Amino acid sequence: MLEVKEFLKILSEGSSISGHEFRLNDIIISTFSDYADHISTDSLGNLIAVKKGKNNSSNIKIMVAAHMDEIGLMVKDIEDNGFIRFTSVGGIDPRTIVGQEVIVHGSEDLFGVIGSKPPHLQEESEVNKAIKIDDMFIDIGYPKELVEKLVKVGDPITINREFKALQGSRFTGKALDDKAGIAALLECIKELSHINHESDVYFVATVQEEVGTRGAFTSTYKINPNIGIAIDVGFGSTPELPKSATIDLGKGPGITIGGNIHPGLREKLVEVAKEYNIPFQIEVSPGPTGTDARAMQITREGVPALCLSIPLRYMHTSVEVVDMKDVKNTAKLLAFFIASITSENLEGLLCY
Amino acid sequence: MLLKRLTEASGVSGNEKEVRQIILEEIRGFVDHVSIDRLGNLIAYKEGKKASKKLMITAHMDEVGLMITHIEDSGLLKFIPVGGIDKRILVSKPVLVGKNKVFGVIGAKPIHLQKREEWKKALDLDQLYIDIGVDSKEEAEKLVNVGDYVAFYSKYMEFGDNLVKAKALDNRVGCSLLVELLKEVKDISFYGVFTVMEEVGLIGAGPAAYSVNPDISIILEGTLCYDVPKLDEHLIPTYINKGPAISLMDRTTLFDMDFRKKIVGIAEKNNIPYQYRKTTMGGNDSGKIHTTKEGSITATISVPCRNIHSPTSVMSKKDYENTYKLLKAILSEYEKGEL
Repeated sequence: MLEVKEFLKILSEGSSISGHEFRLNDIIISTFSDYADHISTDSLGNLIAVKKGKNNSSNIKIMVAAHMDEIGLMVKDIEDNGFIRFTSVGGIDPRTIVGQEVIVHGSEDLFGVIGSKPPHLQEESEVNKAIKIDDMFIDIGYPKELVEKLVKVGDPITINREFKALQGSRFTGKALDDKAGIAALLECIKELSHINHESDVYFVATVQEEVGTRGAFTSTYKINPNIGIAIDVGFGSTPELPKSATIDLGKGPGITIGGNIHPGLREKLVEVAKEYNIPFQIEVSPGPTGTDARAMQITREGVPALCLSIPLRYMHTSVEVVDMKDVKNTAKLLAFFIASITSENLEGLLCY
Repeated sequence: MLLKRLTEASGVSGNEKEVRQIILEEIRGFVDHVSIDRLGNLIAYKEGKKASKKLMITAHMDEVGLMITHIEDSGLLKFIPVGGIDKRILVSKPVLVGKNKVFGVIGAKPIHLQKREEWKKALDLDQLYIDIGVDSKEEAEKLVNVGDYVAFYSKYMEFGDNLVKAKALDNRVGCSLLVELLKEVKDISFYGVFTVMEEVGLIGAGPAAYSVNPDISIILEGTLCYDVPKLDEHLIPTYINKGPAISLMDRTTLFDMDFRKKIVGIAEKNNIPYQYRKTTMGGNDSGKIHTTKEGSITATISVPCRNIHSPTSVMSKKDYENTYKLLKAILSEYEKGEL
């Protein structure tokens, strides 16, 4: 049995840029198979682990989704000296990739670095300008002929970053957005093996969230749940960010409130958090959230949706920071919420 | 492996202790005299045959890095650079803070919360800070102090065709070459000097040269390499894999022509590839050494390093080996009295 920290380390250091999530299939399937009744994949690559409920005579289905894809880079061209030109997949701030180590996933995994110009050669006008991705290159240390054998246009590239502990219960690494969410799913399914729940729970590791929540659309359609819950990350507060747009690390999951979220279910979620003394924060998002909840809500004839956010600092950099307490509290709240849903209260909760 | 140990050690200018300790351990028993001067320079002497000229070979021990200037109420740490760092390479990197090497990260505002025009501007130093995972000044103060040195966290790694990625290749590569020379060469008299604080203004080299008072010096360096596509050849300072780079002129020295020609001659005679360092930018300890006391003759021989002054510097092991071969060939000419 894998500790959640070890599981998250493997996920974070693994590579799964949108459209290439399959590299994480083995670890996720083998870890969830200890707790799930059945695991399947669909044609886009979503992983669906089902945990059956007890006496689920009304066939209640709750879908809980966290995305397994991460932002990254993709090979665009190979220069005469063997340097690789690349583009981004998902929302990458080019300023965060200068001087990074990368792994180019060619016919084998190849270490490389994204170069930088020596400060000695820079003109004064350069230093305040951000470097564009088009002006960057990756050096994998081989001549063109060999690079062309090992690397093809379209190959995915990930940042090479160790998952490391900071002080207390904080951890840093890349792609904790949203692998911390997958870790919360694991904690939740573990939790549910100790408590009674009536609903069948569909734990979904979705694909292609970073490029438009595409995996959530198809998996929601297939499962056709009564309730859809997205587990994603929320902007962790730092001094330069407005308080109103962020949630604090270590103070529990953010419960999203807004048009994307079903009001009755959200009230129930808050009630459960209070009942079990689980810390939480409110995250305001009036329109569609940037999470799988937006896809769930508008699939088929519509699905009542919820969204829980794990506070995360420095989103979409390779040094994202989360607090493990928040991951655990997210899982706990999720599990108790799932257990609170019954055939008797569901209709009432969904009623407008 | 020596270069791995040297590059993974923290030695930001003014705080070279860890590097100096490694070098001391390595050369102990191989040199006839070692001293550490008032600034922290390590001066080793190897006694061999009497030579007519006093030869000094130097390498600086320090690296560029950061220093903590302030601990915020939030527990986040503000810093300033030590030495020449492009602020743009700091974002989204792990670092080690202070003597206890507290792990931290330099984060950045999420792309989602930025205005479009922000993307075009480099993040300024006053927008950056180090996060070690605490929430208050009190917690941070238990672990770090204002004035703590900060080094990049970057492991030594070999990749590609004989390439090495590490931080501080400028100038642990010079330190490694000089340590190997001191250990291997026999019966030749020369000084091996490991200097401090080169990156903040060639501070250690002057006093070291004053006490050694050499006739000729060779400065070993990791130097800038920018062999990128679509750049005019004359703008490329050095290439990877084209051998040691011999300096002509930089911002601190016009290198002695005769000495340089002798070195080139030795390289050619021994079939060792070499290249000229084709930029006048940058400078090194030679600037102080050749003007100390009554002046002396210097040459700089460097291993080209891509992405210099960043956590992901890259050099070629082939260039390292050829630089070492050239140094040994120079020493054997020196032994014959030909320098």
